[in-house]
Amino acid sequence: MKFTDEHEWLTLEGDVATVGITEHATTQLGDLVFVDLPKVGTTVKKGDGAAVVESVKAASDVFAPIDGEVVEINEAVVKDPALVNTDPLGKGWLYRMRLANVADFDGLMDEVAYKALVG
Amino acid sequence: MSDASHPDPAPVLNRTPLYALHVARGARIVPYAGYEMPVQYPLGVLKEHLHTRAAAGLFDVSHMGQIVVRPRSGQIADAALALERLVPADLLNLKPGRQCYSFFTNGTGGILDDLMIAHRGDHVLLVVNSNCKAEDAAHLAVNLSGTCEVEPLDRALIALQGPKAETALARLAPACASMHFMDVRDIDILGVPCVVTRSGYTGEDGFEISIPADHASAIAAALLEDPNVQPIGLGARDSLRLEAGLCLYGADLDETTTPVEAGIAWAVPRTRRAEGEHPAEFPGARIILDQIARGPERCRVGLLPEGRAPVRAGADLYPTEDSQRAVGTVTSGGFSPTLDRPVAMGYVPSSLAATGTRIFAEIRGKRLPMTVTPLPFVATRFKRGPSRQP
Repeated sequence: MKFTDEHEWLTLEGDVATVGITEHATTQLGDLVFVDLPKVGTTVKKGDGAAVVESVKAASDVFAPIDGEVVEINEAVVKDPALVNTDPLGKGWLYRMRLANVADFDGLMDEVAYKALVG
Repeated sequence: MSDASHPDPAPVLNRTPLYALHVARGARIVPYAGYEMPVQYPLGVLKEHLHTRAAAGLFDVSHMGQIVVRPRSGQIADAALALERLVPADLLNLKPGRQCYSFFTNGTGGILDDLMIAHRGDHVLLVVNSNCKAEDAAHLAVNLSGTCEVEPLDRALIALQGPKAETALARLAPACASMHFMDVRDIDILGVPCVVTRSGYTGEDGFEISIPADHASAIAAALLEDPNVQPIGLGARDSLRLEAGLCLYGADLDETTTPVEAGIAWAVPRTRRAEGEHPAEFPGARIILDQIARGPERCRVGLLPEGRAPVRAGADLYPTEDSQRAVGTVTSGGFSPTLDRPVAMGYVPSSLAATGTRIFAEIRGKRLPMTVTPLPFVATRFKRGPSRQP
């Protein structure tokens, strides 16, 4: 599992990465009440706003961690945003993307580096 | 991930007398109105909100301004008359031990601040918004100095809100149980002289308790010993007042908004209108009374988004899905934990203000349909007195 300094996690299978937000992120955001995911087929560049997660209080962008094309979204979290809070690294995944350059994945932070970042 | 609403860095922040209690309770502290305030506790905004509706919530609102206005003559009517030149309330008929909601108006009928005004026997006590309190004190000093002493108080203010608020406060101060909505009374709590009003900003029954700063922590801690009482942050305070259809100054009200447009002209009693018994000599009276007579061109309405996406303050409103010209703006919006759906308030032309009218908000490039709906979203549960229906 890899991480970004924007508090996303990614796992890779072939050239498709699954993207979610970290437990640290969900703790900061509080209980989510709405998740807006990109359309399947959307091409995203690293840093683009790919998804939006909203708590009672505020809306937050989830930026694309890497270049690629969205190939699947997690309809379960659209129906029940609380899944992101209860199981952020599992059932609370957000979307899957086919990476433009698989090598980009290796450039992301590993768990040790991410843990050092969030303390 | 990035929070869309980065607060501006503030160089020097004040702390309320309850700051240490907030930190000990694990609050997340944010800068708000020049203070380090708890935005939420470990329970989180959603559960804090629901807890307040189900039991009781304790809010630190010590950042708000408490200002005493005392007539130099000793005659309270002199203070009432002087204040009536700044606010459209009927203060001559406000009884001792009662308070009312009002607003400072400007010459164009706009609102400088909204406030509570309590008749305290020999003086008047105002509770004003934190962001406006310095300007309000200056406004009062300039306009009332001939007749009144104006003294901002350095006291703590705690709100206790929810269906179990009375039981929780009555354990420490049994006298509070006989108070009705908008009563104000001197009550000793743990031997400390406090000023208690039966009012609040959540739509629930509840109290606001003004406490000498040094004693605030002890009284808050004693109230929090009741398992029905949880500390509640500013996040849930905002979602609770939104469900209750209550205005936030700076969002739903400002210097360009009249009380008529804002739907709070009920707080301009008949006695202060043109045909009334006291002269309608408050700033902007001509414009405000004209709008009352003819109806305003725009007004604040409740808005129910049709989908699940919250529509937040700042979203532009359009009459149709594809129209190019925005006709209004959302001024408060978010998610209602009680109704489990998004809710919003905003200003629309009066022609689009009828209940059931469909209007479109633009969010992230999409037009989301909303329906105009009566306020409040969640029925208020004030404990009104028998002869004091509004």
